[in-house]
Amino acid sequence: MKINELIDSHSELTDTAASKSAVVLMTRMRLARNLANQPFPGWAKEAKKREIRDQCMQAVAALPQMKRGLAIPVENLEELQKQILVERHLISRELCHAKSGAGIVISKDQSCVVMVNEEDHLRIQVLRAGYQFKKVWNTINTLDSDLEEHIDYAFSPKLGYLSACPTNLGTAIRASAMMHLPALVISSQMEKVVRAVNQLGMAVRGLFGEGSDASGSIFQISNQTTLGESEDEIIKHLNGVLNTIIEQELNAREKLVETDPNKLSDKIGRAFGILQNGYLLNSGEAMNLLSLIRLGIDLGIFADAQRALVDRLFIECQPGHVQHAAKGAFEPGQRDVLRAERLRAEFAKMPSPDFSNTVR
Amino acid sequence: MANSLKCDLCSKPATVHLTQIVNSKIHKVDLCEACAQAKGVTDPSGFSLADLLLKASLNPEPAGDIRCESCGFTQQDFKKTGRFGCPSCYDYFSSMLEPMLDTMHKGVTHTGKVPKRALERKSLYERLTQLESDLDLAIKAERYEDAARYRDEIHQVRQSTEPKPGA
Repeated sequence: MKINELIDSHSELTDTAASKSAVVLMTRMRLARNLANQPFPGWAKEAKKREIRDQCMQAVAALPQMKRGLAIPVENLEELQKQILVERHLISRELCHAKSGAGIVISKDQSCVVMVNEEDHLRIQVLRAGYQFKKVWNTINTLDSDLEEHIDYAFSPKLGYLSACPTNLGTAIRASAMMHLPALVISSQMEKVVRAVNQLGMAVRGLFGEGSDASGSIFQISNQTTLGESEDEIIKHLNGVLNTIIEQELNAREKLVETDPNKLSDKIGRAFGILQNGYLLNSGEAMNLLSLIRLGIDLGIFADAQRALVDRLFIECQPGHVQHAAKGAFEPGQRDVLRAERLRAEFAKMPSPDFSNTVR
Repeated sequence: MANSLKCDLCSKPATVHLTQIVNSKIHKVDLCEACAQAKGVTDPSGFSLADLLLKASLNPEPAGDIRCESCGFTQQDFKKTGRFGCPSCYDYFSSMLEPMLDTMHKGVTHTGKVPKRALERKSLYERLTQLESDLDLAIKAERYEDAARYRDEIHQVRQSTEPKPGA
């Protein structure tokens, strides 16, 4: 498969017909793995790095899960192509900046990705739309075991899988959920939630990971510690935290509807109006408007069937996707015009909101 | 009293006191205002206690001269990057690592998945190497009965590692 073919084909996240989850948009896990007796990517010399990359990419691409997928060295990708892969949460920003010796293998359905020579030799990642930890763990566990048939991993019985950074030792797993929390944001409770989640040893990040902002009221919640607990325990612990957050979000929504239905309906109605009639929308504003529409869907103001469209637009409104759709490189100002044009077209087709359930 | 506490990073009086509960173990950090600002403690979204503890446990120590014999990575390099050079670094830097792991993670011992096939391969490989050197010694010492036994065992081990047809 070629890179452009992959970008234009259906992906797990941009074709989420099955997306029924009100709060969790996406479940993701990654495992860090390294080759035994080889220097880590940050310390390896260029030639060594390339040798390791070739070995890893060959082993990964041969896996049945990666059949008819894409395997490509990072230096063969254009900037825009890399940006699109980042926007789809397939690769990290760090990998994009890798000067040489890094590679990517992506499965045909874009649910499995292996990054080669990022911080570790192998970063195995599986993602699924919705709240699906069990499925994602089963997939990534099999992928990892299959790969281990062909590669000797750096492993210590005491410290587990040996990673470049000691914060990833042990299971080397990071499980995360991308959560849509508009009611907690609107009712200014998010800071409290972040503090509580941090105290429980979990991390909260914005849409695109470390250091990114939380536009669209989207947050990533993940485990922070990896050593001393089994994968099952880590996932169970995280699940507990996520369920509490889901409950808090749903309570906050109920409260918004109860206490000030007109204010909430006004926000959602205006968002719909701007999306239908706006001519300049930057990605932050578009995300926030789409977030309100998704909240409207969850509250029964718009039809359930529209949820998949909003989830797709969350990704396709990002700068890389907007430029790809317009087939060229555009300045931010021009992108805002293109983005608004796309959104006007999509929302012209959407039936008007029905506020009969929220406004009394 | 809070006033008597010193900043974990620079030893000025600490005014910010942070507690994180990880698996019912309490981890505390005391910081002065400047360090708390610099480490982003005041920004809840960008703050990770694990990262802070990692750096805090490194800073007060005088730079040692531990060096990984396998890849040449030094303690200084670790201080700079927070990453290791190769898997063997974990052996060479273990004395420095252990107190760090205790604050960074829920435990200090791995209890999760084990790469079963890789470990099998490793132990088979070690067994083969041992048998081959035993065989050499036996031949040199003209203990031919032992040598024949080693040879058969080597044959057996090799056969067990070969992929079965159709598998």
